[in-house]
Amino acid sequence: MLGADAIVKCLEEEHVSCVFGYPGVAIAPFYQSLSESTIDSVLIRTEQNAAHAASGLARATGTVGVCAVTSGPGATNVITGIATAFADSIPLVCITGQVNSNLIGSDVFQEADITGAVESFVKYSYLIKNVNDIPRIMKEAFHIASTGRKGPVLIDVPIDIQNATISHFKYPESVSLRTYKPTVKGHIVQIHKVIKELEKAKRPIICAGGGVLLADAQKELIELAEKHHLPVVSTMMGIGVMPTDHPLYYGMVGNNGKLYANRAMNESDLLIMVGARVADRAVSQPDLITGNKTLVHIDVDSAEIGKNAWAAIPLVGDCKSIFNDFLQEDFSGDHEAWIETLNGYRSSMLRERKVNPAYVDPAAFIRRLSELMDDHSIFVADVGQNQIWSCDNFHVRGGKFFTSGGMGTMGYAIPAAMGAKFAAKDRQVVALCGDGGFQMSMCELATMRQHRIPVKIIVLNNSFLGMVREYQHYTYKDNYQMVSLDGNPDLSYLSKAYGISYLRAEKMDGIDEIIREFLSGNESCLLECMIDPLDLVK
Amino acid sequence: MKRIYSVLVENRSGVLSKVAGLFARRSFNIDSLAVGETDTPDTSVMTIVSTGDERTLEQIEKQLNKKLDIIKVKTFSEEQCISRELMLLKVKYNKSTRRDIMEICDIMKAQIIDMSKTNLMIQICDTPEKTRLLITMLSSISIVEIARTGTLALQKCMD
Repeated sequence: MLGADAIVKCLEEEHVSCVFGYPGVAIAPFYQSLSESTIDSVLIRTEQNAAHAASGLARATGTVGVCAVTSGPGATNVITGIATAFADSIPLVCITGQVNSNLIGSDVFQEADITGAVESFVKYSYLIKNVNDIPRIMKEAFHIASTGRKGPVLIDVPIDIQNATISHFKYPESVSLRTYKPTVKGHIVQIHKVIKELEKAKRPIICAGGGVLLADAQKELIELAEKHHLPVVSTMMGIGVMPTDHPLYYGMVGNNGKLYANRAMNESDLLIMVGARVADRAVSQPDLITGNKTLVHIDVDSAEIGKNAWAAIPLVGDCKSIFNDFLQEDFSGDHEAWIETLNGYRSSMLRERKVNPAYVDPAAFIRRLSELMDDHSIFVADVGQNQIWSCDNFHVRGGKFFTSGGMGTMGYAIPAAMGAKFAAKDRQVVALCGDGGFQMSMCELATMRQHRIPVKIIVLNNSFLGMVREYQHYTYKDNYQMVSLDGNPDLSYLSKAYGISYLRAEKMDGIDEIIREFLSGNESCLLECMIDPLDLVK
Repeated sequence: MKRIYSVLVENRSGVLSKVAGLFARRSFNIDSLAVGETDTPDTSVMTIVSTGDERTLEQIEKQLNKKLDIIKVKTFSEEQCISRELMLLKVKYNKSTRRDIMEICDIMKAQIIDMSKTNLMIQICDTPEKTRLLITMLSSISIVEIARTGTLALQKCMD
């Protein structure tokens, strides 16, 4: 058995269903071996999207996404995808081919020090130097990627190692890493401290982040909130922790969040941050949220606690396990008046939007789209104004909402949606992007066609990089620089070129019929919505 | 505030660069860094001295603990540990300065370990403050070059 066969065998042992990637000489032995496996391979059109697609698959299934690319430019191209996954704690295993091990360091053709380059974007990385290490390293990589605070792991495999013969293949049953033992169980003393605060609090609130989704703890969160009448807000990465219309859910916080969500968080006397980093887009002045309230911070990564905001009660552990511990305990609090106040805020503190009737109103459109989509559909928002409108207006029911939150990587939506659709073939998967982000990944329309991955794509077209234009509107008095997308292609022709059906919406009139037609059938479709170029998210 | 981190790491290639990279990427200070194998060849100890506010110093410890090549992180203040630094100094001398240099070495408990017709090499192994003091004392005489190990430290013995 060759090293390449061993890698594939390990992927089989990990029940990997699909590898997204792009070949090259340095990864060719691996792809030769993969062709003899039942694992699918999807030829992406640029390496960055291989990591995004793996990320979409990981988020749709709760498993580890896998991508494999070649050395040098293949490896450097995948970095943005890896960094995107790292920022949102998405579990990935990225395999990169490398030049012959005895040539490493001599700057030969397509050599790049990828383990060095990705050091600050990966949870861990390996450069395999001995073929017999493959089973152990693969086992460790999947374990590291999928436990504790999840994240990407990179494995760099020189071509001679892929071609070397492994003396004895045995996939380890367990890992023994003396340096890595993530905390799962929350400390009971800390849990009791939180309960004391919950009994005392008049205005408690839970702020749930992406960590809750990563721990698959939505059910437990809802149970806890309902049992104790605890209001919940979420960060952008936390959208989907509860159905949007749940009576105890008060929306997304942050500079692009709901006014009432921010007010709720600001006025609370007990703030329980769970699976959230207290990052700048959610909480612009972290020290202020600790001034007039008790901050409880629950996270699986102890380094996040106290990094941006000082927590009175730190609680390290897996939030699913911690929620279950809370559910075991008996306690009661009285905050009915607080809930009444919050309901008042929710119904009165609405942002007025100035809508131009000559165009599709993105806010109303996304709202309507979410109502017409299937209950268990997957929606992927790209980055920019389209993302903010999506966060603000998409109603999550039973489905999932993905976006690139931490890194804000334009072009994420289409490949991530492809990865999600590939893994969840029976689900409706919709990617929504602006005309800028769309052009960063429109090459994947070919991938969708070739591999029959019927993603539905919406392009909100304003012929601008809208988010930056909006920034220039406020900051540079409308002196627009580098934001006009005048050279946009005609998307009807483009769709035709890729053999994908095309729809166009110019106004809100008859939008329901257009959305229904767009969502119908299990074929790809591109819906272009003409939106007001001067529209603002705020 | 100053803090000393005694970091037990896996003795693998690339670990030093990962730890140094962590400090660079998060804008943590490195006042000094010294690395050497322990009694078991598969582990090394890095002794890192850093300065910062309380929150930064705590973050350094937490971020170090996240690294998968790091086995254990011990932190202590200067008072809680015994610290030493080895320094080699080359100084230019002549007839009129030779005696001064020898006196300074005597007082500072530094040794002269090599010499030529124009240069002397001095070795000192003492606390970081003393090594700094020796530099100050000799700087008026003409130092040619210096090599220092950086601070090594272990927590004081306790029963």
